[in-house]
Amino acid sequence: MNKAKKKVIPGFGLSMGVTLAILSLIVVIPLASLVLFTAQMDFSEIIEVITRKRVLASFYVSFITAVIASLINAVMGVILAWVLVRYDFPFKRLLDGMIELPFALPTAVAGIALIALTADTGAIGSFFGQFGIKIAYTRIGITVALIFIGIPFVVRSVQPVLEKLDYSYEEAAGVLGASKVKIFWKIIFPEIRPAVFTGFGLAFGRCIGEYGSVVFIAGNMPYETEITPLIIMSELQEYDYTSATAIALVMLLFSFAVLFAVNMIQARSTKILKGGNK
Amino acid sequence: MQKNKKSSTAVKWLLISVCLVFVFFMLILPLITVITEALRSGWETYQKAITDEYTLKAAGLTIEATVFAVLINTVFGVFASWAISKFHFKGKKLLTTLIDIPVTVSPIIAGLIFLLTFGRQSPIYPWLQDLGLQVVFAIPGIILATVFVTFPFISRELIPVMEAQGTEEEEAAALMGAGGFAIFRKVTFPHIKWALLYGIVLCTARAMGEFGAVSVISGHLRGKTNTLPLHVEILFNEFQYVPAFAVSSLLVIMALIVLIIRSVVEYRGKKT
Repeated sequence: MNKAKKKVIPGFGLSMGVTLAILSLIVVIPLASLVLFTAQMDFSEIIEVITRKRVLASFYVSFITAVIASLINAVMGVILAWVLVRYDFPFKRLLDGMIELPFALPTAVAGIALIALTADTGAIGSFFGQFGIKIAYTRIGITVALIFIGIPFVVRSVQPVLEKLDYSYEEAAGVLGASKVKIFWKIIFPEIRPAVFTGFGLAFGRCIGEYGSVVFIAGNMPYETEITPLIIMSELQEYDYTSATAIALVMLLFSFAVLFAVNMIQARSTKILKGGNK
Repeated sequence: MQKNKKSSTAVKWLLISVCLVFVFFMLILPLITVITEALRSGWETYQKAITDEYTLKAAGLTIEATVFAVLINTVFGVFASWAISKFHFKGKKLLTTLIDIPVTVSPIIAGLIFLLTFGRQSPIYPWLQDLGLQVVFAIPGIILATVFVTFPFISRELIPVMEAQGTEEEEAAALMGAGGFAIFRKVTFPHIKWALLYGIVLCTARAMGEFGAVSVISGHLRGKTNTLPLHVEILFNEFQYVPAFAVSSLLVIMALIVLIIRSVVEYRGKKT
């Protein structure tokens, strides 16, 4: 049966050929050349580069800001998805449409807009400046930029799951006297949890590698506000391809680990969406 | 009971206000800032900034790179989704993972890998030189990097739609003797046109706005290999704030058009 099916629709050879050719040229060969380039380096050399204090500090800054930004996005994402699915209110469609803005707006534009807002002279920066809080050129600024970048991920992965959720369990729990808070944590949250993790993972992966929106607001002080993509960039500007590649390799392995984790969770999430066993 | 309802209405409006405040400060205010900063010195300065020689050149290069990148990605997206959604084969999971990889790769690394593949330290560099092909620090490099960062955008929109549609209609058409392209045009295409349009629009937006990857591979030759986002960076770093925001406002308008098309496509998709 399966074999016969395969033969009925034409074009398998052609479409696979085109797919694999373009995939090789754009993704496989360039990524392989990175591996090839690192293979020519000494292992000790790689270790020496990635354990430099400045590089380690950049890993820390990238990691901590991405975690905080993605956590905030996870919480706000669940609230946004909840509001968009369950409530009706004016400007709902506008709100729904705006969520996608960070995907559509070029990162460099987001970067200069955020720096204009959060600098000492900007609307938000001058407000927080009164309390002695500086946003621009600090880690808070980096986090703000990363929150902007990561907004759509959690919302868009939680929203479809929430839409499919069966009301009857909530009603049953309500009739049995469970409080709203308890219903959320015991009934709704377990259902959307994989989607929240997926969204968090995707946002986190994106934030770790983000460059355009962060570069303006970060101030790029070594040890303080220098993120890993920036270090790679400055190594490249000094034509130190060896160091740049070594650091890039660490980042790449890290983002593959994140991608792998997300895929594992997503497999479960799809099962729920398609109505299979939970 | 009555009390319960009241408190849940309060919760509802509390949550809605939290969302509106968050979205206003994080998304809408930055947009307003770009527009007000761009128009700060009046309409004439604005016009001058966006018709500046370098801006026009950057816009031209952006359009050139975007058109090529979107074309390549459309061809890839359609063929890849056709192969993935209409056939069973081994290694499908690996294929979809490979297609998805570019999204998780930092734009800086995206630029770097093309630098390593086609740049001076690459084994194929002498060969490229003989052919007279300049990839790195030139337009082909920008196109390649742009294709990379927008790689899964179209296939990701198409695959779910094509999988949901199934293969029965195509099988029937094939059994009645239709050729591959006829089947695609007459049977599959009507189902996927809105998803395809949205994928193309999304791809165009990202392609026009790509910054990090292009920044690594372009070598920043002003007027020669500068795209609009790179031009924004140069202007901003030269403290030419009004022109920087003026050029940005063009990209903001483009982003808003993308969002409007997205809503339309979603609305159409729900109706059918």
